[in-house]
Amino acid sequence: MDNLMQIAMQNVNYGSIMPSLVLCIFGMALLLINVFLPRGKTTPASWIALIGLVVTAVFAARGWGDPQFGFAGHVALDKFASFSNIIFLFSAGLTILMSDEYLQREGYPIGEYYPLILFATAGAMWMASGTDMMTIFLGLEVLSISLYILAGMFRGQLRSNEAGLKYFLLGAFSTGFLVYGIALIYGVSGTTNVADIGMYLKSHPAMLGNPMTIAGMLLISVGFLFKIGAAPFHMWAPDVYQGAPTPITAFMSAGPKAAALVAFVRILILGLDGLQGDWTSLLWVLAVLTMTVGNIIAINQTNIKRMLAYSSISHAGYALVGLVAANQIGVSGILFYMLAYTFMNLGAFAVLVLAGKKGEENLTLEGFAGFGFKRPFLGVAMSIFLISLMGIPTTAGFAGKFYIFAGAIKAGYIWLAVLGVLNSAVSLYYYLRVMVYMYFKEPAEDYGWVTLHAGAVISIIISVVGVFYLGLIPGKVMEMARMALFF
Amino acid sequence: MITVNHYLVVSAILFSLGTFGVLTRRNAIVIFMCIELMLNAVNLTFIALSNHLGNMDGQVFVFFVMTVAAAEAAVGLALMISFFRNRESIEVDDISLLKW
Repeated sequence: MDNLMQIAMQNVNYGSIMPSLVLCIFGMALLLINVFLPRGKTTPASWIALIGLVVTAVFAARGWGDPQFGFAGHVALDKFASFSNIIFLFSAGLTILMSDEYLQREGYPIGEYYPLILFATAGAMWMASGTDMMTIFLGLEVLSISLYILAGMFRGQLRSNEAGLKYFLLGAFSTGFLVYGIALIYGVSGTTNVADIGMYLKSHPAMLGNPMTIAGMLLISVGFLFKIGAAPFHMWAPDVYQGAPTPITAFMSAGPKAAALVAFVRILILGLDGLQGDWTSLLWVLAVLTMTVGNIIAINQTNIKRMLAYSSISHAGYALVGLVAANQIGVSGILFYMLAYTFMNLGAFAVLVLAGKKGEENLTLEGFAGFGFKRPFLGVAMSIFLISLMGIPTTAGFAGKFYIFAGAIKAGYIWLAVLGVLNSAVSLYYYLRVMVYMYFKEPAEDYGWVTLHAGAVISIIISVVGVFYLGLIPGKVMEMARMALFF
Repeated sequence: MITVNHYLVVSAILFSLGTFGVLTRRNAIVIFMCIELMLNAVNLTFIALSNHLGNMDGQVFVFFVMTVAAAEAAVGLALMISFFRNRESIEVDDISLLKW
């Protein structure tokens, strides 16, 4: 019996899952605390959730200097995971900050909202630190199932119901493809450990051409590309983003997308390294398709939330460019870009949260006519985020795109970089149009219903600081992203 | 003699049937059942391969897939009920409020 205990315990290292463990403990404690809070009061819950995120950040940062490995090679809290964890924590924190007044206003002060965000973040962390297909799959599912509930949170609103149901049906469908791909790769290599798969394929080059390997690689890619929202698997994204509660849309477009990207990076570069020729040519096409589809359709949108959903698709395309490059600059560019994107996108959504009325009527372009002069603070903030999303120098968006395209050029994908830059130029049109409405149209209303709530204002300020810090002095963070790489 | 290939072919057929069902059926619950069929086809693949390779990883994975499928069922059916309460239908053609 003692022997058995030793075998079972020897490889466990709780240090390697400490950040997600702390988040789960806070999440479960919050579920209990919610029972005792008065009905309709969610503010204390949001503070506890924020404290949980800060405590987690301490443990996540610890993995930077002192990498932890545990659970028989299933989990690694290395620099790569630490950097990604910080991205997830920022996106969860900014989301929670902007949520509380929003939930009160919309009439759904549901306490389970905050624990679910914490669980989703924990799932994202398992994806980033998973070095085994099992951990990555489980993290993906914890993340996705929490998001299905969050998207359909507003039970009385048909729009939210539809978003939740659509996301659930398509998400579960794509999960099927992902696990089938994992099963086929397991059949080829006899292991589910990402690094071992890579080693097996390196020592058995004959297996690379095996149809089972190729099919497995393609199916895994379908699963991840769906989560990232890349074309042609993007059809769910606009509908779900538009129907879900606004802070949840903000969260979904940043944290989970980054989680899927980093797990995809680990699997492709560490596990399916031998197939690089195949997946780069696949992703080359999909990156161009994703950027173009997102930008072209965004031009036609009159609803700003939906426009940002399509813009989020095109940004996923830019990130994929870094993965096609698959070199140091490109992949660290992805990490940098996802952090930058978290700030600029969540900031823009925080402005939308404040500008909306109950029932979210004020999301159209016309609804923003003259907004910039009537509400100068929010107008300036929104302009900063839009400028960053365009990728104008001095902002985070420019630095991120610069690194990603530099990586593509260094890897010899000149045309890909050119197409990416052209796409950014197209995106100027629909971002600028929002600013034109804000500053050059006669205001139809005086926006008296807009009150500056503390939480959302703090998240806007953090985002502005983040956008300028990453835009003006990107060197330090970029250096950290470079150090975070595992190859 | 039934070999591992037979199992793999059966599970590939089951997976394709599930995929076909998801793409053609219109009732959300039937679609969900088709997704479950896909996941179970994957489970069959895992177990056949695990037996063939003589290592346990695949069988452990099956437990995770089953757990996840159960969690998905709980959440998915709840979402369908809340949709039904507002729309009085569970046909995917009626999930039509959000369109491009």
